[in-house]
Amino acid sequence: MKQTPIVAMSPHLHSGDSVEKKMYRVLLALLPAFGVSLFVFGWGTLITTLVAVTACVLFEYLIQRFVLKLPTTVTDGSAALTGLLLAFNLPSNLPIWIIVIGALFAIGLVKQTFGGLGNNPFNPAIAARVFLLVSFPAQMTTWPQPMQRSYLDALTGATPLEALKYHGHDLPNLNDLLLGTTGGSLGEIGALALLLGGAYLLLRKVITWHVPVSILGTVFLFTFLLGWLNPTSYHAVVSTNAVTNGLTFAVFHLLSGGLLLGALFMATDYVTSPMTTKGQLIYGVGIGAITVIIRIFGSYPEGVSFAILIMNALTPLINHYVKPTRFSPGRS
Amino acid sequence: MKTSALRMKTFKIGGIHPPDYKLTAQHPIHTTRLPETAVVLLNQHLGALAQPLVGKGDQVKVGQLIAKANGFISANIHAPVSGKVVKVEPVADVTGYAQPAIHIAVEGDEWLESIDRSDDLITTCDLEPKAIVDRIFEAGIVGLGGACFPTHVKLSPPPGKQASCIIVNAVECEPYLTTDHRLLLEKGEEIVVGLCLAMKATNAPTGYIGIEANKKDAILYLQSISKKYPGIQVVPLQMKYPQGGEKQLIDAITGCRVPSGKLPIDVGAIVLNASTTFAIYEAVQKKKPLIERVLTVTGEALTQPGNYRVRIGSPMSMLAEEAGGVPENTAKLVAGGPMMGKALSSLNSPVTKGSGGLLMLASENAVRKPSRQCIRCGKCITACPMGLEPHLFMTLAEFEAWDQLEKAHIMDCIECGCCTFSCPSNRPLLDYLRIGKTTVGRLRKTRQQA
Repeated sequence: MKQTPIVAMSPHLHSGDSVEKKMYRVLLALLPAFGVSLFVFGWGTLITTLVAVTACVLFEYLIQRFVLKLPTTVTDGSAALTGLLLAFNLPSNLPIWIIVIGALFAIGLVKQTFGGLGNNPFNPAIAARVFLLVSFPAQMTTWPQPMQRSYLDALTGATPLEALKYHGHDLPNLNDLLLGTTGGSLGEIGALALLLGGAYLLLRKVITWHVPVSILGTVFLFTFLLGWLNPTSYHAVVSTNAVTNGLTFAVFHLLSGGLLLGALFMATDYVTSPMTTKGQLIYGVGIGAITVIIRIFGSYPEGVSFAILIMNALTPLINHYVKPTRFSPGRS
Repeated sequence: MKTSALRMKTFKIGGIHPPDYKLTAQHPIHTTRLPETAVVLLNQHLGALAQPLVGKGDQVKVGQLIAKANGFISANIHAPVSGKVVKVEPVADVTGYAQPAIHIAVEGDEWLESIDRSDDLITTCDLEPKAIVDRIFEAGIVGLGGACFPTHVKLSPPPGKQASCIIVNAVECEPYLTTDHRLLLEKGEEIVVGLCLAMKATNAPTGYIGIEANKKDAILYLQSISKKYPGIQVVPLQMKYPQGGEKQLIDAITGCRVPSGKLPIDVGAIVLNASTTFAIYEAVQKKKPLIERVLTVTGEALTQPGNYRVRIGSPMSMLAEEAGGVPENTAKLVAGGPMMGKALSSLNSPVTKGSGGLLMLASENAVRKPSRQCIRCGKCITACPMGLEPHLFMTLAEFEAWDQLEKAHIMDCIECGCCTFSCPSNRPLLDYLRIGKTTVGRLRKTRQQA
């Protein structure tokens, strides 16, 4: 033995899990959806993603190094993940300067102001998306048509949810929704690719089923009931069978818009979601319900971002009141 | 074996699956040489210090009472070696604190005649329950799993309380350790007889032996033996840490949960460690006091890791020599298992009744990674077998919010280390929980006195 023995309290073993591992696994899980987006939108996807990720990483480094004068944690992957998720929430032909503003808002205001990773009350990427949406409504709601792959002069088109909400014409079919050949934000298209990434996260135990299943379950149930009971009001009429109408409507809502991206990758963010499984179920049901209310009764066609932000705000309250099941209560 | 993992029992809340590192599971128990000097601590048990009965210059024989229990919650201590008492003065124990001890220079190996040293199995016992407990008390038996609670106290439930089952804790969920495993294989029937004696002593109708699934050979062997003994059942358990925790084991086997702040006897259960059960057999059937025990000496780089039967009071350094010497790359020495054992500052401290192992960790495993901010992932909550919130406790302890810690049930914590093990930010959760527990405990005591 070369040195005097190290003395420390037990346990003397560690699982080897780390923040980096978790972040890089989420990044890996987002790759299939990124591939689909690259195929559907072409250069726009590449440019937007590169700008968002680089800007987030750079802002994190600069702020920690020169403003806060702290050791930088830029290698933990969380800034890169915020950048990627921000890009996934933007139209693929968004002007670069707007993306940079979004990145500065996400990292500077939402994350570092509150003390960096672990202390931000809101999901940085979603908060930035909503900030951009209310600041630049025109640019943020102009989506290029799928499969054109041109960056500057792309023809624009409606997203599936807009089509469903406003007129019910030219709705994409199930194949388009699953494979991603529809309009929409950069990373929200391609249900299969998103589900693949989600399955990987579940398998590697980065996330648990509670948040995604409670969100998707609530949305499914809610939209199924609406489509079943009142199909004519929601452009859900496909047949004379009310149950079929309800199912079609519900599946359409599950696979379109940012729901899968939100439920699998954004709402499951550790920092801004409740810590107990019971709390996570409440949180998920809340996100699902608010999403459907905004989508169907609100003026926006899409409401996942708002729903997640609202439930992010309620998370400390949920953590305070919803406690884990104790081994055995009684006197302690 | 036909027990699928799904049908096997386990506890319901929390728990982790550390790699098991049972390097020495196939190494038969080997008896070590005698030490040159045995250092016998007087506080090898929970409760009052034992009172020394010998002084400098006295000759003692193996098994002779050298310090007697001081009150009900205390335990007798016997000479583990024969020879001459050289001094009675404090030495550092495994925690590093100085504790009074009797030092005996070894001369030969002369045992008391009353002790039956043969290997013959004695299955019958016509003693009264009270007499069995008395023999256990005489022999100075304490819980050998590490807590060192005097066994005669456990087997004497307070009036109005009756044990419905005795559970032998042969779970050995700590990684690396294999002493109970080897003892089950080599002294299986003795352990079953020991369990029968404990059942007779407490008038408990049922006896369970809980063994984790990674010890299939022991499960099969014990199942074949236990057929001959009515009322005894071997319960295979799923592998999960901390299944060897008393409350978790009772939950796994009986489905009863010991209420917060209560004892196992409140749900009619008494839990005895496998080594303790073997010691009960030896004390009652062979009149042999607790003077030796089995330790696992292990570590990846050791040349001769193994399970060693060693006299109490031998220095840890002797065990290290038996196992081939301390490897070059060792950075941490742990008395006990890696999850709950204590890191030693030197190998000079003696083996006690509660020592379960000597583990030598290489530097890559021994150094803690820097602690980072909590990312609120909730892994510590999922891992906690008591259903607590370790991340919250750490913050509260940092802010010295002792009253809030007490309200959040910090005293339920069993210090198993699942939270620290699971934390991706390498936060020293359990360190802060211990600070919280100690302070809340002290505040409670002062409140009671006031």
